[in-house]
This record gives sequence, C-alpha cells and structure tokens, in this order.
Amino acid sequence: MIPELGNFALILAFLLSILLSVIPMVGAERGNLLWINLARPLSSGVFVFLSISLLILGYSFVADDFSVQFVANHSNTMLPIYYKITAVWGGHEGSFLFWTWMLGGWMLAVCIFSKAMPDEFVARVLSVMGMLCVGYILFMLATSNPFDRVLPLSPEDGADLNAALQDFAFIIHPPSLYMGYVGFSVVFAFAIAALISGRLDAAWARWCRPWANAAWAILTLGLSLGSWWAYYELGWGGWWAWDPVENPPMITWLLGAAMIHSLAATEKRGVFKSWTVLLAIMAFASSLLGTFITRSGLLTSVHAFATDPTRGVYILVFLALIIGASLILYAVRAPSLRSEFGFGSLSREVFLLSNNLILVVASAAILLGTLYPIVYQAMTGGELISVGPPYFNAIFFPLMAILAVLMAVGPISRWKKTSPEHLRAQLAKVAIAAVVLGVLIPVLLTLELPLGVIATTILSFWIVFSMLKDIRSKIANKPTVVAGLRSLPLSYLGMTLAHFGFVITMAGACLSSIYSIERSVLLQAGESTDLGAYNFRFEGTRPVQGPNFIADEAVVVVSRGGEFYKNLYPQKRLYTASGTPTSHMGIDGRFLRDLFTTLGDQRENGAWSMTVYVKPFVRWVWIGTIFIAFGGILAASDKRYRQFKVKQAQKLARMAGPVAGNKKSSPVMTSGMDAGGSGA
Amino acid sequence: MNVSTRLFGLTLVFVLLAVFKPGKAHAQIDVFDFETPEQEQRYRQLSNDFRCPMCQNANLSSSPGGVASDLRREIYRMIMEGQTDAQIEEFMLARYGDFILYRPRLTAQTLLLWFGPIMFLLAGAWVARNIIRNSGMKKFNHNRAEADASINQDTYVVADIVISDEERRRLNRLLAEHDDSAHNQDNTGR
Amino acid sequence: MNNFKLFLPVIIFMVLAVFMWRGLYMDSRTLPSVLIDRPLPEFQLRSLELGDQLVSTADLPDGPFILNIWGSYCLPCLQENPIFMAAKEQNVIPIIGLNYKDRDEAARDWLELNGNPFELNIIDDTGRYGIDLGVYGAPETFLVDADRVIRFKHIGVINYRIWEDEIMPAIAAVQAGGSS
Repeated sequence: MIPELGNFALILAFLLSILLSVIPMVGAERGNLLWINLARPLSSGVFVFLSISLLILGYSFVADDFSVQFVANHSNTMLPIYYKITAVWGGHEGSFLFWTWMLGGWMLAVCIFSKAMPDEFVARVLSVMGMLCVGYILFMLATSNPFDRVLPLSPEDGADLNAALQDFAFIIHPPSLYMGYVGFSVVFAFAIAALISGRLDAAWARWCRPWANAAWAILTLGLSLGSWWAYYELGWGGWWAWDPVENPPMITWLLGAAMIHSLAATEKRGVFKSWTVLLAIMAFASSLLGTFITRSGLLTSVHAFATDPTRGVYILVFLALIIGASLILYAVRAPSLRSEFGFGSLSREVFLLSNNLILVVASAAILLGTLYPIVYQAMTGGELISVGPPYFNAIFFPLMAILAVLMAVGPISRWKKTSPEHLRAQLAKVAIAAVVLGVLIPVLLTLELPLGVIATTILSFWIVFSMLKDIRSKIANKPTVVAGLRSLPLSYLGMTLAHFGFVITMAGACLSSIYSIERSVLLQAGESTDLGAYNFRFEGTRPVQGPNFIADEAVVVVSRGGEFYKNLYPQKRLYTASGTPTSHMGIDGRFLRDLFTTLGDQRENGAWSMTVYVKPFVRWVWIGTIFIAFGGILAASDKRYRQFKVKQAQKLARMAGPVAGNKKSSPVMTSGMDAGGSGA
Repeated sequence: MNVSTRLFGLTLVFVLLAVFKPGKAHAQIDVFDFETPEQEQRYRQLSNDFRCPMCQNANLSSSPGGVASDLRREIYRMIMEGQTDAQIEEFMLARYGDFILYRPRLTAQTLLLWFGPIMFLLAGAWVARNIIRNSGMKKFNHNRAEADASINQDTYVVADIVISDEERRRLNRLLAEHDDSAHNQDNTGR
Repeated sequence: MNNFKLFLPVIIFMVLAVFMWRGLYMDSRTLPSVLIDRPLPEFQLRSLELGDQLVSTADLPDGPFILNIWGSYCLPCLQENPIFMAAKEQNVIPIIGLNYKDRDEAARDWLELNGNPFELNIIDDTGRYGIDLGVYGAPETFLVDADRVIRFKHIGVINYRIWEDEIMPAIAAVQAGGSS
C-alpha cells in the first residue's frame, strides 16, 4: 500500500509540473500577475511531492519491502542500514527519481533565492524547469517506475546491492555529482528565460553567475569524488579512465568552466552575450547526453545501468525536443543580442575568449572521441573501433598546457585594452623565475633531465608566481598583508583559489603519472618485496567477517630503510548474498605519496598474488579539485550577488520616478559574440 | 563564510588523512618475472593500451580473468621473445581487429577523429580572430562604456526589502520601457 | 550568412542525434571477426578422444565443417547442444568441438550427460588456440570450407531461429562452393 502512495505522489508531482510548465510561462507572456505568482507555489508543490515519493522509496528499502521490484533488485536484509538508504540511488529507477528530486530541490532554491529578480523572469525560469520535470517524471512513469511491484510472488530476500557500490563514496558521490549536474539546468532555464524575454543584460549575468558557479563547483566535487572512488576501489591505481560515462560530465565541467568565464565578461563588459547563452544550453545538453549514454546502453561502459532501448529512445526524443527547441530559439533570438562595445586586440576579453576557445575545443574533442565509435560503425557498416585513454590523453593534455600558459596572463590583463608593455612589466620576471626554478628544482632533486616534470613545474610556477604578483600589486597600498587580503573581493579570491587548485591538480596528474611505480608479486607468508624506498613484507592472511561479506585479510608490513613504517591490510572479500568476490585495497595516503596494496588470489603453493604501488603526488589531484570547488563557491558567495544595499535601493527608488528624463543611461548592453554559432 | 571555510578545511584534512576502508572489483593479479625494468614498463603500457574484447569497457590490465588474462600472458611471452611493440600490436590486430586498440590506427576513416580537434582549434581561432577584429571596429569609447557599466551596477539591482512588490513591478515596467527606447537609439546609431 | 551561422549548433546537434539514434540499434558488443576468409590457423593440440596423441589440421574432416567453441562451464553451450545433436543425426555437416579453457574430466562428463554432437573434441585448455581464432568466450561457432578457410562466424548462443536463418544458408553456400 505504501509504495502505491509513493507512486501517487509521483503522479501528483507530474500533474503539478505540467501546470508549472504552462501557467507561469503564459502568465509572464501576458503579464497576468496571478499566473506569474503561481510559479513559486507550484514549484514548491512539485518539490514536496517528489520528496514524499523519494522518502517512501527510502522507507521501502529500510522496511525490506521486497515486493517492490526495485528494492528486491538492489537490497538485501543483511545490507547495513546506511547502504539500504543510499541504495535508493543504486540502480536506474531510483537514481532517476533522486535525479528528478534534485531538480525539484534546485527549483525550490530558485524560489527562495530569487527575491531580487523580477517576478516574471523567475516565473519563466521555474516554468522551464517545470518542463524538464514533466519530461523526467513522464520518463519514470512510462518506462522506469521505481515503485513497480512483484506481486503476488514477492521474493523472500533481495538480490543485494551491487558489491562495487557498497562503499562510503557511494553515499556521497552520486548526490554531489547529480546535484552539480542538475544544477546546470538552472543556468539553462535562465538562458531560455532570457531568450524568450529578450532580456539579456548585465543584471541577468549577475543573477546567473552565482548559480553557474555553485553548480559548477558542486560538479567539480562530484567528479573528484568519483575519480577518488575509482582510484581506491577498482584496484589498479588509476583515477580517470575516459570511459564513455565519465566523459559527458567532463564535457559539462569544461563547458561550465567556459561559461563562468564568459559570464564574467558578460557581466562586467556586456560582451559575449549570445555566446554565454549558447554555452549554457550546451552545458545542459551535455548533462542530458550523459544521462542518455548512461541509461540507454548506447556505449559500452563499465558504469552503465542495466539498459533497455525504449528508455534510450525516450531520453533521445526528450533530448532532441528540449535541446533542438532551445537551439532553434537561440538561432532566432541571438541576433537581438549583439554586442555594442568593443575591446582591444589585447585585453582581458581576448584572454577570456581564448580560454573559452580551448575549453570548448577540449569538450568538442572529447565528444568526438566518445561518439566516434558509433559514427565509425554506422559509416563502415558494422566495423568496431575503440577510442580510449591514449587518444584522450594525447588531445587533452596539450590543450590543458595551452590553457595553463594563458591562465597566468588572463587575470593580470585589463578589461577593454591592455598594453603589451603592461603585460611585459608584469610577467617578465615571473617568466624568468618560473623557467629558472622550474628547471633547477627537478634537475637538482632527481639529478636527471626529466622533461615532463620540468614542463609541469615551469607551468605551475608560471601560474602561481603571476598570481602572487597580482595579489601583491593589488594589496600594495594596504598596511598589512592580512588587511590587504581582506580588502580583496571574494570573487577575486575565489578565482585565485580555483586557479591555484587547477595548478595543484595539474601537477598531481602529471607527476603521479610520471613517477608512479608498481610491482606484482607472488609472496609466501614471511616473504617480502622492495618497491622504491619501501619494503613490503607479507605476514600471512587471517579471516575477517563483515556484516554481509567474508574476507581474507592480508597483513603487509611496510618498512623504509629497515625501519618499521606501517601495517597495511588489503582484503579479498566475498559478498555472500550475491557471491561476488571483490578486492579491497590497503592504502596509506600521505601528502607527497600514496602506498597502495591489492590482494589477489591464493595459488596452489599457498602463496598469495598481490600488487604494491607507490604513487607520488596522486593525492594532489583531489586536493586541487577541493580548491577549485571552494574557489567556485567563494566566488558565488560574493556579496554583490546577494546583498542589496539600502543605498542602491534608494537610488533605484529615485530613478523610478524621473526615469523618462534620464537620457544618459543606456543599460541595455545588447551585445554578444557575433559568431555565436561557432560552438561546435 | 566561516562555515564554508571550516568545511573547506575539514574536507582538506579528510582527504589528506582518511584511510579508506573498502575497495571493490576483485583484482586478478598476474605475476611475471621480467629481466629488465623496461620490459616490465612495456608490459604495463601494452596491457593498458589494449581493450579487453570480452569485458564492458576496460583495458587488459584492469580486466579480471578470461581472455584478458590469456592476452596478458601472450603479451608477456612476446615481450620476453624480444618482439617489438609494433609486432605485438600486429598480433592483436590480426586476431581481434581494430576493436582491441584503444589508440585507433590512422586510416581514412579515422582522419576526422585524429585531426578533428586540430580542425576545431583552427576554426575556433579563426572565428575568434574575426570577433576580435570586428570588435576593434566597434565604438570603442572608454568613458561611455564606463558610464554604462557604473549605471548597470545600480540599475537592475532591485531590493525587495526596501520597496514593495508593486513598486518593483512598476520599476521593472519603467525600466523595460527605458530599455526599449535605449535599444532603438542604439540601432539607429549603428 | 550570419543567420545561417546561428543555425549551425542546431544542425550539428541534429546530426549527432541521428547518429545516436542509429547507435541505439547497433550491436557494439559483438566483434566482427577479422578471420573471415582467412585460413584456419594451424594447431597441434590434444583431443578428448585420442588421449596424448596430438591432432592438427590434417585430422580435420576433408569437406566443410563446423567448429564450435564450447566449455562445460558455459550455460549457453548447453542450450545449443540439442541443435547440434539434431544436425548430427541428420548428417547436415560434420561438427568439431573446441573444448575451450576447460578441464578434461568435466568436459567428458558434460558430453556423457548432454550428448556428444562432435566428431572430434580438440582441447584448448590454455586458451592459446582460442586467441589465434580471435575467440573471446564460449560459445562461438565457425564455419570452415573444404579449403580450410573460415567462411562464417557466429558469436554467442545459437538458437533454432539463428540456425535456420543464418547457419543453414551459410552451410549451403559453403557446400555449394566446395563441390564446384
């Protein structure tokens, strides 16, 4: 009975979202205040019913209601309670409900934090999000209802949650990834509302920026958590595999990064308007593409949900309708978003444009590589091809290197026009210091000429030094450094922090891939192996009993220079309900390096196979992403996006009267990149 | 602010110190003896660059069991026999076709794949150049732009705390009219 | 011109969407065999029937035959076994088994229990010959003509429909080619 209530709540949410997608939109068009004002209550209603639906699904898991198909397939009485709750997003149907609920959550957030925007604009935004909601819920009701029952012959016990998902990261990775991913639909809705209303000005950009920053920052965390999870879970020490399911979030992330930079120019200078809108549409399209690829089985991936072509067709039709309509709307309305203001051929605008160029080319290249096997198969009549990490690395790393070179220059350059002399004055010493230290430090430390490392250190120093120089010149006239730092706007600090995070991640990625070492050995109890500066001695295994698994746990004694350092305990587990064997790494994570051990199998002679890894700097990859995400959030929380000073409001109140006589102002910054269509 | 700073700090500490318990997907580990570190390096490289023909989407080195482990053994054998990477690739291609290569060969059908990104970059750079050039021809009046920017700072910031909804709507209406007239002026100005 | 540029994104998107739609109905899991129209690779392997005496291509039937990759651990192989048994009774074509990555005793027990449609069971316990054939898991079925050239390959289980619609016409084509 209770699951039917969940289904009923879902249907109510569906009906409300239909109303939401029509009434406020029409109201905004006709200027009907009542209809406009329905947007917020309707959105809240959708959120409430989605929440009820989600809670009931969670309750079905906790209550072990195996008459619900989804619960029976993804839970088990022996499953620990925290995995029972999180198993809600452990499969296709539930995770889609969770995804839709996230959209509802973002809608609620828009309701709450939109007091400063005109009501009809908010109505349009919420209405667009309501349309997305209609599509998502219809998809669930039609093809993948999480409340479907197995009656009358319900199973006694569930099939258990996929063993690979029973992990702490599973509790936090999907929510953060979905939240970031779905957050881009807010920015998308802003863009569509702007296109419909024809109103795309600096104020629009200012409303949009915190949402874009927040969604992007959360997506950064979600991706980073996923990568970290893959690292310690999959047992081969990798942290990014360029899998078809990983690529669309990466594309969304890159397009999102391009968008927040382009938004900055739109807000500050009124340029790149139509381009910003196009980026918002493309970023959202890539998030839908990710959903499509994950849930349709279009591309063979390690992550794919159990698939079904009807679902794929549904999502594709939805994708084609939403994105096709948006892009047509864009093509029709973009000419009205022309830019009026120019900028010099050497200016911050130009550097932001280059940044966008690199990021969008990187996204397009990843998309090309991801979809190429399908195109190839269609073109050759069935021949198969694989596009994997060697391709993506070969394309991605050079592009990121160019980006890193520009990253030092962009923030130092000035809006409108920068003189070459200014750049030279600012960067000459930086460049010299970066090259000298970037070469000297690796050479002195390794007594070799490691070219990859030198390139990495030069680029890192180049960005960091230019950043420091910029901060120094900005706070030069303040009495103390602390006072100076406090005087800097949050958005500037956020940008600096995020760029610093990029440097750390880049350095971590390059250095760990250069310096990681590993060895696979067959060890009897008491035998040991050396790797790098460490000695790993295998002391034997002992049986371990978990809540829903049994395991052999190895004791590996790590010593360094003959001195005991630490014990590591890798396990080989067997999940009893599903009979799935899994490996469980023994990891010692430190700032400068990780030790990583994987236990394999016991061979005939009693020896165990195992792999030991030493991975220097690998942790920097994720530390950097925390800086990036925090920088994004810091920038989003800059007070100019949320605080509206009384003074300004008074000014406005004054303006409202004699505005007709006010000839001077021309707040319509009708601008944009003229060739907005270059995105592909 | 303070809350988020603390959260940030906590997350950092967490990443630095957390030693993670679980880990999944049973790893099958081959133990091979190599004569030189270069051979071992080549073995790792090659088993990363070939795709497992049976598994979902994984390279040979991260795929458990079955044909993946047989193929890793063959790679080891061929390395120890002194075969070159090209010969090993040829061996794989002759048996499993292009599917097994994660780095697609450059053929007529993969030209777009390999040169696409460079084409994108060049096309994008060309478009960007046009934009910059067009932009340079536009009105380039610093004072005007600054004046607009400063007005924009204030114009659309509408605070609900001070003015009532009705006032705000009136304000929006007025501003919209104002926008239109300004827009028209600009169009004629072009 | 400018307006056309603005429509580029939607055009590119639609082209991609068409490819993705076609992709939904394409099988990206079954590898096309590169061995079609290539000679059957040479081998020197044991067989279930002849004990330690090694068999090679010389021991294979003179005319066209089917080479079926199977293992006692393989459930789909159990499914297709009756089809091969029927084919054997009707003398459609000789069927050779390649016992792939299996244990000899398990294989013998399986054949005793389920019936043995194979004229000869070559043992490939290491999977090495399977690699030469481009095999990536049982069951796989090859059709070899009188000149020892592989003419057809089916990956995965064979059911009656596949047998009638795909395998039988291929056999007919190979037998016709061989007699001419």
